[in-house]
Amino acid sequence: MSTIRIYPAMPKKVYVYATCLVDTFSPDSGLDAIRLLERTGVEVVYVPKQSCCGQPAYSSGYDDDARTTALSQMALFPEPWPVIVLSGSCGGMMHHHYRRLFAGSEHEQSVNEFCDRVFELTEFLVHVCRLRLEDKGPATSVVLHTSCAARREMNVHVTARQLLGQLEQVELREQDYESECCGFGGTFSVRHPAISEAMVQDKTRHLCETRAEQLISADWGCLLNINGALEYQGQPLRGMHLASFLLSRLEEKHA
Amino acid sequence: MHNRPQHFHAQAETALANAELRANFRGAMDYLRDKRKTAFADADEERTIRDRAEAIRQRCLSKLPELLEQLESNCIANGIRVHWAENADQANAIFTDIIQSHGGTLAVKGKSMVSEEIELNHAMEKEGITCLESDMGEYIVQLGQETPSHIIMPAIHKNKRQVAELFTEHVPGFQHTLDVDTLIQTGRNVLREKYRTADVGVSGVNFAVAETGTLCLVENEGNGRMCTTVPEVHIAITGIEKVVEFLADVPPLFSALTRSATGQLVTTYFNMISGPRKENELDGPKEVHLVLLDNGRSQAFADEEMRKTLQCIRCGACMNHCPVYTRIGGHAYGTVYPGPIGKIISPHLMGLEATQDLPTASSLCGACGEVCPVRIPIPELLQRLRHEAKQDPKPGTAPMRGQKAAASNAEAFVWRSFALITSRPVLYRMLTWCATRFRRLIPNKLGPWTRCRTAPKPAARTLRELMAERNK
Ligand code: SF4
Repeated sequence: MSTIRIYPAMPKKVYVYATCLVDTFSPDSGLDAIRLLERTGVEVVYVPKQSCCGQPAYSSGYDDDARTTALSQMALFPEPWPVIVLSGSCGGMMHHHYRRLFAGSEHEQSVNEFCDRVFELTEFLVHVCRLRLEDKGPATSVVLHTSCAARREMNVHVTARQLLGQLEQVELREQDYESECCGFGGTFSVRHPAISEAMVQDKTRHLCETRAEQLISADWGCLLNINGALEYQGQPLRGMHLASFLLSRLEEKHA
Repeated sequence: MHNRPQHFHAQAETALANAELRANFRGAMDYLRDKRKTAFADADEERTIRDRAEAIRQRCLSKLPELLEQLESNCIANGIRVHWAENADQANAIFTDIIQSHGGTLAVKGKSMVSEEIELNHAMEKEGITCLESDMGEYIVQLGQETPSHIIMPAIHKNKRQVAELFTEHVPGFQHTLDVDTLIQTGRNVLREKYRTADVGVSGVNFAVAETGTLCLVENEGNGRMCTTVPEVHIAITGIEKVVEFLADVPPLFSALTRSATGQLVTTYFNMISGPRKENELDGPKEVHLVLLDNGRSQAFADEEMRKTLQCIRCGACMNHCPVYTRIGGHAYGTVYPGPIGKIISPHLMGLEATQDLPTASSLCGACGEVCPVRIPIPELLQRLRHEAKQDPKPGTAPMRGQKAAASNAEAFVWRSFALITSRPVLYRMLTWCATRFRRLIPNKLGPWTRCRTAPKPAARTLRELMAERNK
């Protein structure tokens, strides 16, 4: 699905789309992402009325309801600034699936223009901000999990790795079956709980087997699933948002 | 009693609880994935092969009705008799007629998923005709009175110990061994004998060439060639979507197929059948028949988006890469075609009433679409089918068989509320406010979610609140 993208020059302002999961479950990740973006010199605009991209309704087959949600969200970002999404799967929804939802409708053109402005955080940091990170943290090891949508719709598993790769003191450990789904899939995890369980158990096992100190992901959907399973199993490993991790490496006080 | 898609949940749970089955699948899928990866080691080459394969399939499908007519007339010109079957019953009746008109009682069959689709073996048995599977995997599956678990490797769910057990039980004189070569030789010896005595040979078709009236068959064991050359009568059966326009379309598709399926650049055998034995020829069947089966395919064809389903060349790569298939195996689906392709084609073959659970049994991770050599957008089609199972047809499209079969007022209410809440900032704010303030009231048990996870805990303050504070 991923086509070659032409990236814009560094803008003066960007919008941040934090996603409903970050808003509710991990607002700190949102703040950290905003701080990280600000460090690159861009002004970050956070629109407090944002809620959810509509993916849960869309993936359940409720296109009309997803359209209602999508239209309400798009209306909140009228300026031509980039919209930076703090999750690969919501990014995939807003960059790819909105086009399909509105294909052939009166909104088609304006929706496509909006979709063009949507970027996932790490791809924006790498390709537009050309972020260079100076690692001030202590030596540690991490393992990265990228969501399937991030990987296959946005191609941002690459950019997440590039960012982590810049950190001199951070060893990136490889897990078996890295590209395999963690078993979340939104409503899939409750509609088909037994299959989802088998998937998340394999995923957490492979993550733990790396013996990394920290799990990193840029997708709170997956983290809700993986962290919940790790905690249930009594494992010490936990996942944090990539933005929080990067920021922690840049600030002396954490060192 | 065979599995059914209606019992998908229970069948999946049973499969998941079977540790040996899970290990068999994990091992086999890893092997096939690695093979594919090696065959597509060059990313540019992979892209080129897939581009061409996709383009050919789309072009051929865009002219499907004309190509089928052209195929028919060229086959007839070659001496192949062509039959049309709208559904499984008609197809089986055609088989019965042909076999009985020759007084036949034994048919040998090369691997053919379409014959599984019409349950040919079963139907022939009722007519007193034995239909013996000659593909090694199919033969093993048949011995165990099972159906194939994979479209390329029918017995992939079994390990050698299980195969040896089956042989011990069914093959007279078999000395128990776990030596794979001996196991294969045992199967071969049994089958060789049957080719000589069979009245009819049955095969599938990988590509039917309209331009020349040629039937192409891809295989590795040589049993397909035995089935199509030794018996006096050969009957080939295929779904109507398998037709291609030109002979030149075949090599690119063949390449895409073998690399995706078994990671081979070419297979051991590639058969092109262009008619029965001619007068001065020494071998080959005296009669060749082609059965063209619809069985719901024209429903997929009628809708431009769903039509992409028919691009499939049955390589099985989507299964090998599917995290769901890898864990539950083919039988859990209860459909002839399992895995991702099964989820998108079965609703057309069997209707949405029966198959409504299949399109939801995917995390939409996209691994299937990522490997499909003809680039079928499987996740998008799954989403489309989820929509069709729950709601009226999209404007401008005809209703599907079983349209709206999974409609639920309660669920519709949930998503209408979702749309309302997420599009009204005040409501959304109220909801998240409650979630964060009353987070301690969230129960530790949250139905299916907490069977393997702790309940998620909302933060004390939402990001919106933190930002409001920060901007003060
Ligand atoms: S859908 Fe694609 S990957 Fe799956 S069997 Fe068909 S051609 Fe192969």
